[in-house]
Amino acid sequence: MRTAFAILMIALAFWLVGGCNTGDDATEVDAFRVGMVFDVGGKGDKSFNDSAYRGLLRAADDFEVEHTEFEPGQDADRETGLRKLAQAGYDVIIGVGFLFSEAMRNVAVDYPDVNFACVDFDVRPGETLPPNLAGLRFREEEGSFLVGVLAAMYSKTGRLGFVGGMDIPLIHKFEAGYVAGARYVDPGISTTVAYAGTTPQAFADPARGKELALLQFGRGVDVIYHASGSTGNGVIEAAKEVGKTAIGVDSNQNYMAPGNVLTSMVKKVDNAVYMTVQAALEGTFEGGLREFGLEDEGIGYAVDQYNEDLITDEMLAKVEEAKAAIVAGEIVVPKR
Amino acid sequence: MVRWNRLAGVLSPLVAVAAAFLVGGLVVLAIGESPIRIYAILFRGAFGSVDGVGHVLFNACPLIFAGLAVAFAFRAGLFNIGGEGQLYIGSFVCAWAGLALVGVPAWIAIPLLILAAAAGGGLWASIPGVLKARFGVHEVINTIMMNFIAIGLTSYLVINVFKEAGQMTPQTVEITAGQLPRLAGPLRAIGIPLPLANPLNASILIALAAIWLAWFILYRTTFGYEVRAVGLNPQAAENAGINVRRTIVLAMVVSGAFAGLVATNEIMGFRHRFLDNFSSGLGFMGIAVALLGKNTPVGVLFAALLFGVLNTGALEVDVFTDVPRELILVLQAVTIILVVVGNEVLARKLRAREARVALEAAGEAS
Repeated sequence: MRTAFAILMIALAFWLVGGCNTGDDATEVDAFRVGMVFDVGGKGDKSFNDSAYRGLLRAADDFEVEHTEFEPGQDADRETGLRKLAQAGYDVIIGVGFLFSEAMRNVAVDYPDVNFACVDFDVRPGETLPPNLAGLRFREEEGSFLVGVLAAMYSKTGRLGFVGGMDIPLIHKFEAGYVAGARYVDPGISTTVAYAGTTPQAFADPARGKELALLQFGRGVDVIYHASGSTGNGVIEAAKEVGKTAIGVDSNQNYMAPGNVLTSMVKKVDNAVYMTVQAALEGTFEGGLREFGLEDEGIGYAVDQYNEDLITDEMLAKVEEAKAAIVAGEIVVPKR
Repeated sequence: MVRWNRLAGVLSPLVAVAAAFLVGGLVVLAIGESPIRIYAILFRGAFGSVDGVGHVLFNACPLIFAGLAVAFAFRAGLFNIGGEGQLYIGSFVCAWAGLALVGVPAWIAIPLLILAAAAGGGLWASIPGVLKARFGVHEVINTIMMNFIAIGLTSYLVINVFKEAGQMTPQTVEITAGQLPRLAGPLRAIGIPLPLANPLNASILIALAAIWLAWFILYRTTFGYEVRAVGLNPQAAENAGINVRRTIVLAMVVSGAFAGLVATNEIMGFRHRFLDNFSSGLGFMGIAVALLGKNTPVGVLFAALLFGVLNTGALEVDVFTDVPRELILVLQAVTIILVVVGNEVLARKLRAREARVALEAAGEAS
């Protein structure tokens, strides 16, 4: 009993000592501040969320803005958290992921002086956004089409795989584009599709990703495209383990397993975020929907020192041909 | 003796909470932050404004229902881990009823939706109840399995059948029937400046009524007496002529109905849509709430309020400091562990004391 008491007293003493250095709490009111809100399991996924975070860090470096980030734990906290940032006088608030659409809509109208942006904004048919809310959307199916072309040309077995995160329409766009791209090269190609789950956790489950990938590789698939956040880290790991190839998503993931990542479908969320912060700083922020695709390099595929040995000139020619055709509107990529 | 028991019963959770805050403080120190500053921010978030208090009540509301569900089953000796599944099914049935009753006036729709929510949760819980009563299959395993089924089933239905057209978000269209009013308007009318954006709604009143109802059933009805008797000693209850199987099934139904009522806050009061995976573990938090509340209805109220405070403050800590919200999970977990350990220690002490008293009494008698 006495020892327990002593430990408690020591702990208390530490606590009080720790409590003393609270003086430097003064906030600079005039600094330009950006808040970023991620979805569950977001930050650190090396994929979608990290792309947004990179954009924020780059903007913070270039323009010397202050920034804060958080991940709301429960659904109701999305809106409450956004309100807290707005009340605290943040100048720009960026939601990463379509799950913030509803909350953004509700909060933006109450704080007309704050600029809001939502990545992958889920627009309602016929909806007009308030002038202080920007919905940033990407035509992921176009980039997925291109990596589908590359996959089909690279594959030796003629069997392609796809591992999606959560089984929702957003991810179906990736799948549809990929399959269409593969069939553009070889109409008879076989594709195997799997989803990691039906909850947001499906985007943060590398063990499941690895399991699904090993299953597909075991059936003769030799290229797997993943669209599954950090679940995909498991897909890439599996590719490395069995000596097959994976295709990264959202961020350039080629470096994660050089030689085993064929390419990455990059969705330049970082650029969109950077431009949003810059526009807000310069007073040129505009609300409304903004769509990024191949023509403005908002979407693309990655070739760098980690995968240049895997991509032949013939493959490059074919994929650039497809890209030009999509930009020209000669190919219309399906979304589902 | 009885008074001692009761005092200890109230004191031990309080001591546990205080000790948990101390442990949490050490964790914060280890991260290199000041515990005093972090706790100040936490409590500022919860109590620093009327808005904060409103959020505390809003966050506590579903936990009251989930906690009552676990506590009620526990009183019958059943460990209902299935609150999560039951609240999903209750919420889905509630949402479905709301969609079917478009245009029906609120005074008819609201009671019907409340009934639908309770019925959904109750029916779902009756399955492990029957399996336990008829075949002796342990309810822990079955309720966990039923959680998976419920989450998968509602997910499937929302994404494939009921999803709002043209939307990525996996949720139903807005449910216009049977919406519970938010309390900001009426409270402002009587001078309490709750911001209009505060999500606190009439569901909190239903939660308070549910606490009274749980108390009334447990302590003022024959059924409640039977539930408690079965919970204390099923063999003795059986011998005393209580239909143990029937009591088990009914206790599960009532438990599931409480879990289903989470829908009054989540569907009828706040979101007005069924969003896939909206709960993020409310049913499991209910287990912690019931444990902390010592499985009594009033205890559940206070435990849910405490968790409401922590969850509300957690967001403030999350937004305005570098300390992650997981700190709050640590606080909650440590509290629960200490409560459980404290109960065990206390029970042992009391037993030892009783034995001593009995021994002395025996000594005097001889």
